[in-house]
Amino acid sequence: MKSDSMTLRRWVNRVALTLTGLCALVTVSTLFFLLGYITLNGIGAINWEFLTQLPKPVGETGGGMANAIVGTAKLLGLASLIGVPIGFFGGIYLSEYGHGRLAFWVRYASDVLNGVPSIVIGIFAYILIVLPMKGFSTLAGGFALGIMMIPIAVRTTEEFLRLIPASVREASYALGVRQWKTTVFVVIPAAARGLMTGILLDLARVAGETAPLLFTALNNRIWSHGWTEPTSSLPVMIYTYAISPYEDWHRQAWAAALVLMLLVLVVNGGARILLPRRRETA
Amino acid sequence: MSTPSEPVMPPRITPPAEEPRVEGAALAVEKLNAWFGSNHVVKDISISFPKHHVTALIGPSGCGKSTFIRCLNRMHEVVPGARVSGSVLLEGDNIYAEGVDPVRIRRRIGMVFQKPNPFPTMSIYDNVAAGLRLNGTNRVSVLDAAVEEGLHLAALWDEVKDKLRAPGTSLSGGQQQRLCIARALAVKPEILLMDEPCSALDPIATGKIEELIYQLRERYTVGIVTHNMQQAARVSSFTGFLLMGELVEFGATGKIFTNPKDSRTEAYITGRFG
Repeated sequence: MKSDSMTLRRWVNRVALTLTGLCALVTVSTLFFLLGYITLNGIGAINWEFLTQLPKPVGETGGGMANAIVGTAKLLGLASLIGVPIGFFGGIYLSEYGHGRLAFWVRYASDVLNGVPSIVIGIFAYILIVLPMKGFSTLAGGFALGIMMIPIAVRTTEEFLRLIPASVREASYALGVRQWKTTVFVVIPAAARGLMTGILLDLARVAGETAPLLFTALNNRIWSHGWTEPTSSLPVMIYTYAISPYEDWHRQAWAAALVLMLLVLVVNGGARILLPRRRETA
Repeated sequence: MSTPSEPVMPPRITPPAEEPRVEGAALAVEKLNAWFGSNHVVKDISISFPKHHVTALIGPSGCGKSTFIRCLNRMHEVVPGARVSGSVLLEGDNIYAEGVDPVRIRRRIGMVFQKPNPFPTMSIYDNVAAGLRLNGTNRVSVLDAAVEEGLHLAALWDEVKDKLRAPGTSLSGGQQQRLCIARALAVKPEILLMDEPCSALDPIATGKIEELIYQLRERYTVGIVTHNMQQAARVSSFTGFLLMGELVEFGATGKIFTNPKDSRTEAYITGRFG
């Protein structure tokens, strides 16, 4: 009787362990397969020319995507300028001050905004910026990506601040420290690592957005000057080159995908190394 | 902590039989009531904390003693939905009067919590200096002096003086709690409130903190909440017994433990419930 139930338990344990392990393996192997496949296909087309030259006219081989790399950097910079402050301060409000009905609606609205398809946000930016300014621009593209960053920045900021236990805040209040000083000098530093990770993941997510850029930044085969001209970007270049009939363009699309992926990985990994680790309780 | 070279004994302080000498109240509570939402947890408590004495509040879990002590430096209202009525007189002024800034009250009435809660990103030095720094004191000489004094008062200086830059969370549990006491004392409060300060600690660390509390009464008025009756008997001059949000009995610790007036107090201290 006793040994029977033990045998059953052992089997249930084995099955559960195998299933969870298998799922974990699928997750990790998908990532490595993706990384490997893109690297394998892209690495051949990456060279100094690809990184520093403009695209060649249609029909000629060679050339590069320097303008798309710079364009993506400009778009992401502008998007962060819009999305990060709004998301960060919004998240602080929700976590530290938001208890009432207003907070409920802010939370709800940001969840809804998070669910809005990116192409709809593209149309929104098109109507709000492209039409009045009578032209596609970096400005419009950055605006669309910035809007997309807000909801995730809000929610990750809120979640990471909430991870800091109430006892830490109370310790500060009990010393006669004002709430805003507690937030700025005690709570935010304690959560810094998580907050930075959240914002970088947010940035990584919009870095690959293509749909909203088709309506806003469009594309450009030459350098885009300032903020009011259409600009090339890596995702749109990947899209354009991948559906083209030219063999050389396909190779360059793979290379662009690799560059985009490395960009995200480097930013993420770099921040993880630079940020101080949170000290574990002894 | 495997085998200490010499056994550390918690102080066995037999409560004095005669009434302790009192020179006025540091904190006088009148008809205090506290709620969480519609849950009435502290009911009509009036009590006074005599100056330069340790006053202990004992009672079974859930009797409202923690909530009560959190009302005394306006920490109760930090929790959403919490409400207070009644008055608490600090040197004659009601801390619940209209226009009183709770932040200023908390600078005069410090608090130590149940679980040690050092600031996670700060060093030992920064933890103790935090209260002064965050209230605008930046002179290094002032901070240095305050940190050293705070750590001395909390009997932690000798153990940490060579590693002030180490993270506060690298200390042991008992040291962390003394760090929290040093942090509370560094802002020079008049009164120190302690909410079950030893319940997360082992007996040796508890002994050290009890000894410390007993010494602190020379400079501060101390209010301590505990569910450990022996602890109350060891460290306090006055004891109040709380049950279901009400103050059942209050008096000199010696009297409460040897000759309680109320039968419920007697039942509790003799271990018949709670």
